[in-house]
Amino acid sequence: MLLLVEQLLNGLQLGVFLFLVSAGLTLIFGIMGVINLAHGSLYMIGAYTGATVTQASGSYLLGFLAAACAAGLSGVVMELLLMRRLYARDHLDQVLVTFGLIVFVNEAVTMIWGRTPLFMDIPQALSGSVEILPGVPYPVYRLAIILAGIVAAVGLWLLIARTRIGMLIRAGSTNREMVSGLGVNISRLYTLLFAAGAVLAGVAGAFAGPQVSVQVGMGESILILAFVVVVIGGIGSVRGAFVGALLVGLVDTLGRAFLHDLLGLFLPPAEAAGMGAALSSMGIYVVMALVLIVRPRGLFSVRPAS
Amino acid sequence: MRQHSLRILAYGLVLVSVLFPFIADAAESGYLVPTASRILIYALAAVSLNLLVGYVGLVSLGHAAYLGVGAYVVGILAFHADAGSTVLGIPGTVQGLLSIPAAVLLSALVALVIGALCLRTSGIFFIMITLAFGQMIFFMMVSLERYGGDDGLFMYAGPNRLGALDLSNEWTFFYVCLTLLAAFLLLCRWLIRSRFGRALGAIRQNEARMTTLGANVYRYKLAIFVIAGAGAGLAGALLANQASYVSPDMLHWTRSGELLFMVILGGSGTLVGPVLGGASFLLLEEYLPVGFGAAGLETLKEHWRIVFGPILILVMLFFRRGIYGLLTGEDRS
Repeated sequence: MLLLVEQLLNGLQLGVFLFLVSAGLTLIFGIMGVINLAHGSLYMIGAYTGATVTQASGSYLLGFLAAACAAGLSGVVMELLLMRRLYARDHLDQVLVTFGLIVFVNEAVTMIWGRTPLFMDIPQALSGSVEILPGVPYPVYRLAIILAGIVAAVGLWLLIARTRIGMLIRAGSTNREMVSGLGVNISRLYTLLFAAGAVLAGVAGAFAGPQVSVQVGMGESILILAFVVVVIGGIGSVRGAFVGALLVGLVDTLGRAFLHDLLGLFLPPAEAAGMGAALSSMGIYVVMALVLIVRPRGLFSVRPAS
Repeated sequence: MRQHSLRILAYGLVLVSVLFPFIADAAESGYLVPTASRILIYALAAVSLNLLVGYVGLVSLGHAAYLGVGAYVVGILAFHADAGSTVLGIPGTVQGLLSIPAAVLLSALVALVIGALCLRTSGIFFIMITLAFGQMIFFMMVSLERYGGDDGLFMYAGPNRLGALDLSNEWTFFYVCLTLLAAFLLLCRWLIRSRFGRALGAIRQNEARMTTLGANVYRYKLAIFVIAGAGAGLAGALLANQASYVSPDMLHWTRSGELLFMVILGGSGTLVGPVLGGASFLLLEEYLPVGFGAAGLETLKEHWRIVFGPILILVMLFFRRGIYGLLTGEDRS
């Protein structure tokens, strides 16, 4: 029972973490109609910058800000140089241009930081654990991630649904020419939006630093998970991304924690271990398949698939 | 005039391919024969992907999965032949006449299941979901501890025998690959010109119209998805035989991206475009570092991808017609 609570929280933590990465991805898909494989690269840039600046300055906060800035800046450069040319192209072009970008960024990161992974400690203030329930200690750092993810989700929702900028963004996704014709600088708006998505990914990367080893290729593994989240949630829907992220986080964590024991109830141990490992790594894809059978456009689709 | 010179070029290419081992041997570059076989295999995979991308407009970003399934079937059958055990009640084998068709069949089956789900969606969704399912198969292979997991699986007995042919002989293997590629190209040509192929072309141009005309669009798409998966499975089976080794790396999603790029680089929607694209891609990958090394650029030799990435981007932005389009002056994209 206590283990279950702990694993539920772990799942929640992975979920909000995935949300940080997927939120930008789903907005860029939904509003600009662009598929960006290099979103994971922004996450990686955030992680590397965060780790390096933290180590050099000793201040985790500084590393955090640097990660957000580096990812945001990279996002702006990416949008101005490449993505802008892709809005009118078909998805195939977008896929391959951003694929080339991944190859470039991965190699550039290797040239700057080398092939050895970086490791980062958990900041002093957030180390240790608190007792959330009697007898259930839980790491403060993970709680902080959960909190940050929820703050980001609420902030993003307020931005999109309640502000003038959010209104313009939504209007632009429906009819770009019309909004532009009304005197709004839609290109700049898109650049800003792209940068915002990049900052979220960079922040997620900085958060991930102390939890995983910072290495080349980390962006791609998170990218695929974020894709699954977006497919489940529905393209363009921030709410969908949130629900999808939690679902993926919980299924993945609980599957890895309990499937093995569950199978052990009616299978010999060796087979249960093998099958448990196979099934738990495939669990989120099974969930994705099930969602698609019921709702081919995701749980909260905001626009028809195009 | 242009048509005429093109035809000469085409015949020239065929002739060079057929005589390649002899030419390489005469130039004392026999070591190039395995590279050439690898090019033929990837060309086969790219041709199969082009059936989806070029002829129906289905951008699949998970095509390496079928390549991997084909490779693993050959690898796993060889493993059980070596160990004298069975898999799901089937004894292992190193006879290519059995293992290669089995690889094709199983890839087709996997494509049937995945395609049936993916084709419920379209556009961006289709890209993402094929990618996700591709990764699912990837993780499945990684979790197969018995067959090496992450490290992959060595075929200790070496490549299969194909009837009486010994595939460990480089020349034999080259000609087997060449024959299979030619056969697959002819099959594709026949398919595209058939009623079925014309229906696919019509779907690409206007899906709603085909639906209104009463065609079961979903079934047409699923059929071509399965054929493409089978083609990739065949390529995978050959790949396993070439290296006597299979690993999850073969079906990592970046392989799918590379296959997609080969299609576009050569010219999507053309029969031989992907062959040219596959060859150019692999040659670029192989000789870019060598070229930098020869030019004395040691940093670039090690980090050649820093140039390779931008080349991919520039090709996509400004060279969308592909090599085939460049040669013929046609724009089929």
